[in-house]
Amino acid sequence: MIEWLRLALTVAGKDVRAELRSRTALLSAVVFAALVLVVFNFARDPTALAAVDLAPSVLWVTFALAAMLALNRAFTIEKENAALDGLLLAPIPREALFLGKLLANLAFVGTVEAVTLPLFVLFFNVDLGAALPGIIGVTALATIGFVTVGTIFSAMAVRTRFAELMLPVLLLPFMVPPLIGAVQVTARLLAGRPLSEMMGWLRLLALYDVVFVILCSLAFTAVVDE
Amino acid sequence: MTASGSARAVVRRGTAITAIALLGIAAVYVLAFDYTPIEARQGMAQKIFYVHVPAAWSALLAFSLVGIVSALYLWLKDPRLDRFAAASAEVGLAFSAVMLTTGPIWAKPIWGTWWTWDARLTLTLFLFFLFIGYLALRAALQDPAERARFSAVVGILGLLLVPFIHLSVYLFRTLHPQPIVLKPSAPSLPPEMLRTLLVSGSAFLLLYLGLVTIRYGLAVAEEAAEGRADAT
Amino acid sequence: MPSSDGAAEPLLAATGLRRSYGRLRVLHDLAITVHGGDAVAVAGPNGAGKTTLLRVLAGLARPERGEIRIEGRPLRRDAPEVRRAIGLVSHHSLLYDDLTLTENLTFAARLYGVPQPAAAARAALEAAGLGGRADESPRRLSRGLAQRAAIARALLHRPRLLLLDEPFTALDAVAAERLREELRARLREGLGLVIVTHHLGEVWDVASRIAVLVGGRWVCDEPRSGGIEHFLPRYQGLIGD
Repeated sequence: MIEWLRLALTVAGKDVRAELRSRTALLSAVVFAALVLVVFNFARDPTALAAVDLAPSVLWVTFALAAMLALNRAFTIEKENAALDGLLLAPIPREALFLGKLLANLAFVGTVEAVTLPLFVLFFNVDLGAALPGIIGVTALATIGFVTVGTIFSAMAVRTRFAELMLPVLLLPFMVPPLIGAVQVTARLLAGRPLSEMMGWLRLLALYDVVFVILCSLAFTAVVDE
Repeated sequence: MTASGSARAVVRRGTAITAIALLGIAAVYVLAFDYTPIEARQGMAQKIFYVHVPAAWSALLAFSLVGIVSALYLWLKDPRLDRFAAASAEVGLAFSAVMLTTGPIWAKPIWGTWWTWDARLTLTLFLFFLFIGYLALRAALQDPAERARFSAVVGILGLLLVPFIHLSVYLFRTLHPQPIVLKPSAPSLPPEMLRTLLVSGSAFLLLYLGLVTIRYGLAVAEEAAEGRADAT
Repeated sequence: MPSSDGAAEPLLAATGLRRSYGRLRVLHDLAITVHGGDAVAVAGPNGAGKTTLLRVLAGLARPERGEIRIEGRPLRRDAPEVRRAIGLVSHHSLLYDDLTLTENLTFAARLYGVPQPAAAARAALEAAGLGGRADESPRRLSRGLAQRAAIARALLHRPRLLLLDEPFTALDAVAAERLREELRARLREGLGLVIVTHHLGEVWDVASRIAVLVGGRWVCDEPRSGGIEHFLPRYQGLIGD
């Protein structure tokens, strides 16, 4: 088990190091997220709805779209370098390989989210206050959900000609349950509602994460092994 | 029998089943208009329910089978399972499309709105998109083994998504009460309606089987043709 | 050249290998055995299935039928440890352009659980004569140097079986001779080699056995004997069909 984790962290570490060197995907995703926020600002009528009512939706749509951009990175790097064989030759169980890719993707998407959140607070003048720890928590829960499915789908999409189109088409239906949950919980957190009102949603998010992390790890071998 | 010969036999069988199914659906029309009572509050427009509901069931059945057969394929690696899953997905897409068009046609006179986010319609919409994703992925992959493996993974993951969609929509709706919806699938269904619904359900099931058989036969014929092309 | 430990467990023993692409069968029930100290040159025309065979032997592609044993242990998806004995030098260098050579090899060392990965990586690069370029990206290397780096990567974890896919492609004469020397040194250490080649001449002096693959089937599998001049006409005949 420890060896597994070590191998996963090795793979994740390599991806993170390579991405930090080139920074292309990360920067694109961050800039994209910022632009989406700007568009949202101009796309609404400030007098019609208070920012705080729209806030959860705006935040999560932005996170979801930016994540889509960042997700393709983990496997295009292998495709560009034709290096996937190197990973498959090694005595690593495929589940550990998947976990490594997942961790790397979580690092990327997490970074984009960490930069987007302050921008969001800035542009929309939303006071997070006491809700901040909760928002970080629900962001983590929901992100694990859609990044897990996004990781395995990007491994498949990268083998097609239009990977950037194929990934959203496959992934968006899967993003909906975590997204609904995240928006509902975020809205309640911002409104200062008690935790009991969110338990149903939080359980949904946690269950989704557990089911899909396990399932996608097991299914990964069907994707990478010929 | 040659591959294309057996393919023709399969298509013939499928066509026969489909013909019977279509007769069944014609019977449902007759039953719907002559046999079943007119629903008090919704009037004649309610009758589309006899098409709407079984189509949704068939789409869900098609989808479930894609998932289950995909899992079997990954275990047994039999290409016939992959062929069946693909055929089921195409037929399921057609059924979902039917359901998504009859739904609004029905909703407008009843509820005054083209679309409602009710549980059945929403689920079918998701099935529609999942079918499209599955078929789009298949279309984008050339290697048959890779195509079969990848779409099997999507099929299985998709099937496991359905309970989560259901759960999310349920949680969403209990928190956002919709306008009082007259649900014709209420438990107290007069016997004529129930019988007609069952007849319709059977007819649609037969239609599903017939169409899948035809599609499966066509797939066998396609592969036989490709095989001849490869050999030359 | 007979293998030194002919009576011992073969490094590689594969039987009945079958592999298809769609309806096209690429490998027809192939068998191959390699002992330590053997160098099998696999030749044949384009599309004969040579690269597919190598990928199957490396565990990268699963045969529909057949069995592969590495040092007596079956090569299976659920037994990743068996892959430790295999090294592959393929058309792709398996190196990441965004990492330096040292980082690349350190990563590979970590993947294989080599103790003190960074030190092992540096030592391997020094031994390959790449010490001076250790902190550069692989994209700056010439073909010959990139090949050396790929081989260093493949040998880091001390595999017993080394598989090479057309390693002499685009190498100049000096680099090619250096590669032959490298391979002879490995053979002396007791490794087994399978070298897929397009050009028998490059590999003739290193090979202990010549195997020719045509249409997914062996048409020849015999010890190397004599000079290549005697074999070439026969070879032309074999692949001409």
